[in-house]
Amino acid sequence: MPKNKKKIGAYWASSCGGCDVALLGLHEKILDLLDFADIAFWPAATDFKYEDLKGYGKNELDLTFFNGGIRTTENEEIAELLREKSELLVAYGTCAHQGGIPGLANMSEEVDLFDTVYKGTPTSTNPENIFPQESTKKDGQTLNLPGLQERVRSLDRVVDVDYTVPGCPPPPDLTEDFLDLLVKGALPEKGSVVAGTKSVCDECSREWNRETIDELVRPQETEIDPDKCLLDQGIICMGPVTRSGCDGSCPEANMPCKGCFGPPPEVEDQGTEMLNSLASVLQLGEEGQALEQEKELLSDLPDPIGTFYTFSLSNSILGGKVSEGGENDRT
Amino acid sequence: MAIKPRIGVFICHCGENIAGTVDVSGLAEDIIGYDNVAFSTDYEYMCSDPGQNKIKEAIEEENLTGVVVAACSPSMHEETFRGAVEDVGLNRYQCEIANIREQCSWVHGEDGDKPTEKALKIIKGVVEKVKRNVSMEPVEREHADKCLVIGGGIAGIQAALDVAEAGNEVILVEKEPTIGGHMAQLSETFPTLDCSQCILTPKMVELNQHPNIELLAYSEVKEISGYVGNYSAQIERKPTYVDTDACNLCGDCEDVCPVEVTDEFNQGLDTRKAINIPFSQAIPSSYTLDTDACLGLNPLRCSECAEACDADAIDFDQSSEYVEEEFGAVIVATGYDLYPKEEMGEYGYGKYEDVVDGLQFERMLSATGPTGGVVRRPSDGKIPENVVFIQCSGSRDPENHNSYCSKICCMYTAKHAKLYKETVPDGNAYVFYIDIRAGGKDYEEFIQDVQEEDRVLYLKGKVSKLKRVDEKMRVWGLDEIAGERVEIDADLVVLAQSIVPSKGTDETSKKLNLNLGANGFFKEAHPKLRPVESLTGGVFFAGTGQGPKDIPDSVSQGSGAAAKAIDLLSKPTLSHDPQVVEIDEDLCSGCGLCVGQCPYDALEINSRGVAEVNEILCEGCGTCASGCPTNALSLRNLTDEQLTEMIHAHIGD
Ligand SMILES: Cc1cc2nc3c(=O)[nH]c(=O)nc-3n(C[C@H](O)[C@H](O)[C@H](O)COP(=O)(O)OP(=O)(O)OC[C@H]3O[C@@H](n4cnc5c(N)ncnc54)[C@H](O)[C@@H]3O)c2cc1C
Ligand code: SF4
Ligand code: SF4
Ligand code: SF4
Repeated sequence: MPKNKKKIGAYWASSCGGCDVALLGLHEKILDLLDFADIAFWPAATDFKYEDLKGYGKNELDLTFFNGGIRTTENEEIAELLREKSELLVAYGTCAHQGGIPGLANMSEEVDLFDTVYKGTPTSTNPENIFPQESTKKDGQTLNLPGLQERVRSLDRVVDVDYTVPGCPPPPDLTEDFLDLLVKGALPEKGSVVAGTKSVCDECSREWNRETIDELVRPQETEIDPDKCLLDQGIICMGPVTRSGCDGSCPEANMPCKGCFGPPPEVEDQGTEMLNSLASVLQLGEEGQALEQEKELLSDLPDPIGTFYTFSLSNSILGGKVSEGGENDRT
Repeated sequence: MAIKPRIGVFICHCGENIAGTVDVSGLAEDIIGYDNVAFSTDYEYMCSDPGQNKIKEAIEEENLTGVVVAACSPSMHEETFRGAVEDVGLNRYQCEIANIREQCSWVHGEDGDKPTEKALKIIKGVVEKVKRNVSMEPVEREHADKCLVIGGGIAGIQAALDVAEAGNEVILVEKEPTIGGHMAQLSETFPTLDCSQCILTPKMVELNQHPNIELLAYSEVKEISGYVGNYSAQIERKPTYVDTDACNLCGDCEDVCPVEVTDEFNQGLDTRKAINIPFSQAIPSSYTLDTDACLGLNPLRCSECAEACDADAIDFDQSSEYVEEEFGAVIVATGYDLYPKEEMGEYGYGKYEDVVDGLQFERMLSATGPTGGVVRRPSDGKIPENVVFIQCSGSRDPENHNSYCSKICCMYTAKHAKLYKETVPDGNAYVFYIDIRAGGKDYEEFIQDVQEEDRVLYLKGKVSKLKRVDEKMRVWGLDEIAGERVEIDADLVVLAQSIVPSKGTDETSKKLNLNLGANGFFKEAHPKLRPVESLTGGVFFAGTGQGPKDIPDSVSQGSGAAAKAIDLLSKPTLSHDPQVVEIDEDLCSGCGLCVGQCPYDALEINSRGVAEVNEILCEGCGTCASGCPTNALSLRNLTDEQLTEMIHAHIGD
């Protein structure tokens, strides 16, 4: 065992768990990693407790992969703790990067969320209206649960993040490349998103002609031509406004890009930029009617927020729905 | 480290125009504390010489790196002030206008202190822009020296001659075996009645002999691509099977040729041989073998002509030649056709032999025509005693035919009636008309002469029906002025058939990316101010392809187009405003969304898979820069950073 072995951590906040699986999915590469570093904290894979973490000194962990967004008080608390204990903190995967799919919940207030999840779904029966409480007393015992915060936030909105490895989940190649850079000590400037600098179109092999389209279709409603640009086929593909680095895996698999890598470096808001791109390809009439027509075309779109902000709502200019009488909390 | 910007702000009173509403001296004081503003002053008329001198002096004394002139709209004096700063060595793009007149004082006259507050914000915004401006030099590009003229009617001939006379090389491409176009078919021309060929053929000869003009007749532009100053074209020269230089026009080949087909030059009133010359003064001066009519070249079926030719001019081995050339300018002079018979159900056009169109009538009147200048009706060769002329046939009829006025028909109908009366003094000429449009020089007098001296009967009204009755064409119509129906048994009916863009106009418009108007004629860049230019840089229009015209107008437009072409070709290089879009190749993904958006076709994806801008074509409109999904594009001196800072200055944070 080489001396000065590095210590590595991994943590799972508000996410589906896929990112942890992706880390495990590194297969033999993970063994290389273990040559180079010891796992010092990874609750999803090994038996670690928060107490172990608290016991570490400042920056004792050389690097921590943090996946998931910040949804609960617990998420926030651990994010802060990990920040303190880690030399490098990596936002791993789209939820840590930009809130991810859980961020779409920013379109609903807490009551509505609870109502749906604990009562409204077809599989729930809850005649007594029992909802989770932060603190519950039973038989003289008090049971505490982490509190739900008003908004889902990405990791960088809570603590400083050193690097981001994007994706839902990050493809193994990308993680491997990151680890190679780390081992070689060749990581880029702090704050970087370690992926491509262009958009997915750069990696997509489909042919485009950029003739205008007069209709939007959903992938399941049409037979997709595997060689033609999806946008040219009227399918909303987020490729143009999504950072490259995935080798165009969705369009290559005959599905539109959903945008999991987030916007390219110079773009702030993926959704508005996509509307902009659509405006360039939609067949719109004479000036003056164009806006009306665009509205009409888009009004047929079942879930605009879910389409244009699948992963990036909580980091977007929109942020989420403004709660009644409340402020649009953009922190 | 970059030098810290030192901006000078010059506030113009514009007499009372600005100073009457805005506190100009207060502004000059207030702005001096603003970031990077090193100097400020106000003056009564900044655009005057003393005003400009103030700016020049300040640049030199204060070492200014940028200038903001708070004055009227940049469309008025931007050039003035940029010229002034350039005089003292500051780059012209370091000078910007803050418009505090049209956008402030003129519209806020009654608002107390507010106009002054707004003017201050406008100035601050422009200061934010100027301090981030980069210095630039105009984009220069080489251009090709030759001019391409497409179409050898009178308009194309005139254009080619003018361009060549100015010392430029010209290639004129004509699809027919001869140049001359429709004018060569006309008998005499209104309003002066000079013989058409007599005034046309000297120009044709001049063109043929001009050292700067290469004539490619019986040829077509197959492909053309490029942009202003730099077009490359491939031209196909079709084989005539006759060696132009050897042919001495003896006509022996024509005599022995066994095939007779319809003669197009005589508008079908006569026949010609498979080997023929359209008319004796045709240029190039040579016979042409029409392979569609010939009994066969491959395998050789007849070859009578070759045997008869003492000059050995006939060469069955000829084949198409392709000429590749670069052109700086293109003049499109593809002319007109008559509204086709197939489109006209009325008046028995195309059904009765004795219903002819204006061009057929021209051939009948022509001394070199099939009847030797004697008007004879086609059916039986009799000299007609009663001739009915119907104007606006196919024109001004939005419901059934063309909605527009063909412009020349009133005049040529009057000419026809007059010439008819001159050859058949006892005959009767009737003209049915809607209005008489005779707006040209001496035109109205011509019409009056025809009506009064030649005693042609003008009937205001439409023809409702026309039918063959025995040997006559019976015409029913309305005389609106007399308020009665009229019925005329005519020996011959002449239709003033509408004129339409020539066949192939559509194709030409696609090849050169030209717009067509609603009626199918080429659309000019501006109907009043740019009537000979197209929206495609370096492509100009001459003649009837752009709209109905008579000869004087076609010739004028030919000269106008030539002047534009000469203007372009005479400059050593093409120069263009450098305020164009720039591409960050690290960000561009080659998605191509910008390519389709550019209204000037200035963008393409290059072989490295990234967007590339043609700086000569880019007009800096910014459409692509806002459309690019990766923000790989930005406009020089109007970057996102500049815009954002300008907005911050305006909203004051
Ligand atoms: C019956 C009649 C009588 C008239 N009488 C008079 C009169 O008395 N006085 C008067 O002022 N005007 C008169 N005019 C109008 C006159 O004919 C036109 O104004 C004039 O001929 C227009 O010239 P142009 O060069 O524009 O077109 P055109 O004469 O049509 O010439 C166009 C040329 O371009 C060629 N061409 C077309 N397409 C291509 C291509 N793709 N490639 C290469 N070559 C091509 C054609 O073969 C043709 O040679 C009369 C018109 C008519 C119909
Ligand atoms: S829009 Fe989608 S399908 Fe089209 S080129 Fe870009 S990534 Fe490929
Ligand atoms: S739109 Fe932008 S990313 Fe797409 S090709 Fe043009 S410059 Fe490149
Ligand atoms: S700025 Fe306008 S003219 Fe220039 S390339 Fe972009 S769209 Fe075309």
